[in-house]
Amino acid sequence: MKKFILFLVLLISATPCFAQNQRRNISIVGSSTVYPFAALVGEYFTRTTGNLSPHIESTGSGSGFKRFCAGSGLQYPDITNASRLMTSEERATCLANGVTQIIRIKIGRDGIVLATSRAMPKLNLTLQDVYLALAMQVPDPENHQRLIANPYSRWQQINSALPNVAIHVYGPPPSSGTRDAFDSLVMEMGATTFPLLRKMKKENPAAFKQAANRMREDGRWIDAGENDYLIVQKLKTNPDACGIFGFSFLKQNEKSLQAASLNGYLPHSANIAAGKYPASRSLFLYAKKQNSSMVSGLPAYLQEFVSQRASGERGYLARRGMIPIPAGEQRRNREIVKSMQNK
Amino acid sequence: MEREKMSLLTPSAALRRRYRRDRLFLLAGRLAAVASFSTIGLIFLAILYTSLPAFTQSCIKLPIHFEETAFSNENLDLANYDMLVAQALARVIPGVTDPGEKEELLEMMSPGAAWRLQRMVNSNPKRIGTVQQLWLPASADIDMLRKGKFDRTTPERRRRLSRRQLKWYDQLNAEGRIKRYFNWVFFTAPNSTEAELAGIYGAVKGSLLTMFITLVLSFPLGAGTAIYLQEFAPRNRWTTTINVTISNLAAVPPILYGLLGLAVFINFFHLPRATPLVAGMVLSLMTFPSIIMASRNALAAVPRSVCDAALALGASRMQSITHHILPAAMPGILTGTLLGLAQAFGECAPLLMLGMVAFVGNIPAGITDPATVLPMQIYLWADNSGQGFPEKTAAAIVIMMLFLVIVNTIVLWLRRKFENSHPHTS
Repeated sequence: MKKFILFLVLLISATPCFAQNQRRNISIVGSSTVYPFAALVGEYFTRTTGNLSPHIESTGSGSGFKRFCAGSGLQYPDITNASRLMTSEERATCLANGVTQIIRIKIGRDGIVLATSRAMPKLNLTLQDVYLALAMQVPDPENHQRLIANPYSRWQQINSALPNVAIHVYGPPPSSGTRDAFDSLVMEMGATTFPLLRKMKKENPAAFKQAANRMREDGRWIDAGENDYLIVQKLKTNPDACGIFGFSFLKQNEKSLQAASLNGYLPHSANIAAGKYPASRSLFLYAKKQNSSMVSGLPAYLQEFVSQRASGERGYLARRGMIPIPAGEQRRNREIVKSMQNK
Repeated sequence: MEREKMSLLTPSAALRRRYRRDRLFLLAGRLAAVASFSTIGLIFLAILYTSLPAFTQSCIKLPIHFEETAFSNENLDLANYDMLVAQALARVIPGVTDPGEKEELLEMMSPGAAWRLQRMVNSNPKRIGTVQQLWLPASADIDMLRKGKFDRTTPERRRRLSRRQLKWYDQLNAEGRIKRYFNWVFFTAPNSTEAELAGIYGAVKGSLLTMFITLVLSFPLGAGTAIYLQEFAPRNRWTTTINVTISNLAAVPPILYGLLGLAVFINFFHLPRATPLVAGMVLSLMTFPSIIMASRNALAAVPRSVCDAALALGASRMQSITHHILPAAMPGILTGTLLGLAQAFGECAPLLMLGMVAFVGNIPAGITDPATVLPMQIYLWADNSGQGFPEKTAAAIVIMMLFLVIVNTIVLWLRRKFENSHPHTS
């Protein structure tokens, strides 16, 4: 027993030794949309350079920034993936915690798709339709000057051209970057098609955000968690439902799922790359320059990410469903990473 | 009132009724047993059936020319191994010139084909300059096609293999260049984003390392506490409080241990995240109350007369415990420990908080390397929408069940062994 107590005391006193000043593996957190791409790059990086594999957690963009900005030591992640830009509040947190040298790399583009099972008639939606189907409060159809609780329960009630199917939409939770992008690209754009809400946006932006981004709570909008695959599964078993997720998940499941068009544009690679598809956004990666000397392989991982064979026009990421950015921007990325290595 | 006539030869109505109730009761019991066993059997068979395709892998035979010109660079890792594969494919299927078509052709192979060549050259650079016929892994889509899980009638736009790829597949198949092999990769490789390259060994090793830490920490702690509380501690307010606390600890939901581990071990002591060390420490916290309780019951079951006899013959208190009570209680203590470990082995919730839901693409070398564990691997694969992953998930579940069966067999064996050598308790 004495020996055991001694062992425990030794163990506890030895713990500070674990706070090393070198780490052999890269630690990555962030967006669940970028996660499969990051893991794929991690795999190529490991196999071709012989470094240890990065440790990649799929936390959602918001939680990713929170962890990333918590400090600059080795117990904090080196990279966070994001499907939206870092907000100024998040940047302030980063600075306050000593994370001063951050590099941002735009790695590709992605479309947020509204998909249904192939068993359901195809939806051709406008942004206004989506807003009317999902918002908690919408303009009264009789009198456009006031907001009422959402009265619609079937798509056809919104627009007679739409199929007579109940509204059931599975989507990501507020901590997700996909949700943030969906709010600003689809919901807010749909809301501003009404003069009442346009006026509100000018006069009272906070109330407008509340009106446009608050999803209905009567069970027709369902928060499905940070799990895009779960949404895909739900759609396969429930042909009435729609799901909202990243383009790459649609690409993996084209056999059973079809995408709704938004404002007349389908989410195809070309439409997303050109920004014609309304719900298209860029994907980012934020890395800590400060950690590049302490974490072996960090510059090499970034180099692999921006390389031609990964994010190029016909790279392996494009095959998985990421939409490549123009060649000029790619060259700029390579220069950013190179400058990081030289320091 | 007329009494019913009694006869010993013909059973009375009341007796028949009683017999009938007996039979009904027996039938209900049997039905319950059959229902529970068939449910378990059905689940297990369904998982086993789903998992079967994961244990084989389709490979394509290709003539690889390790030409010296491809290895002009000093660093063998920088050679273009994809090109070697593409050239070999071009030899087998000549006449493909369009770059897009060439790419489609290369997509029939797994990226693992190139990595395999890289490993071969690294392990034996003398291969450069030779020509070899090699069976290299096909892509997950070709694998599904080979296993009959691909519907050729779906319109081309919606299916994952093009018309040309199907044509090439048929051509290769007719030449006998496609074959299913036992999937060794699954048992020796770490996780991968490609289903055909993903293996379970990384997670198995992570689990074993975690269980090692859990055992080393919780067994001495649990057994020691149990012996003290059962044999030495006075019965007073303090020990009663401790007893109640231990019972309560055993009932705390596992996720809370995860939060505790995150706050104390990771955020305060700065132990490395997602490592078997931290996971083992948290799981041992969760396991040791149940070990204490099982051990105390085992110790209490040893007849007092054994201890008294030892003391009467002049043994010290310590000797009576270590020579007589402990050996007799050992089967119970070990059973409790192993069952606690089996529970910890399948535990997911506390490890969610420790960063173990993560992609780890190599096999952990030690207790301070990031790792994942079997239940986490199952969770991650179940979450993966890629081709071939549902089968991998089922296969991982089968492996996990096998481990639990092994643990339970060890428990039974240990009980038998100790019971035979120490017949006090039986």
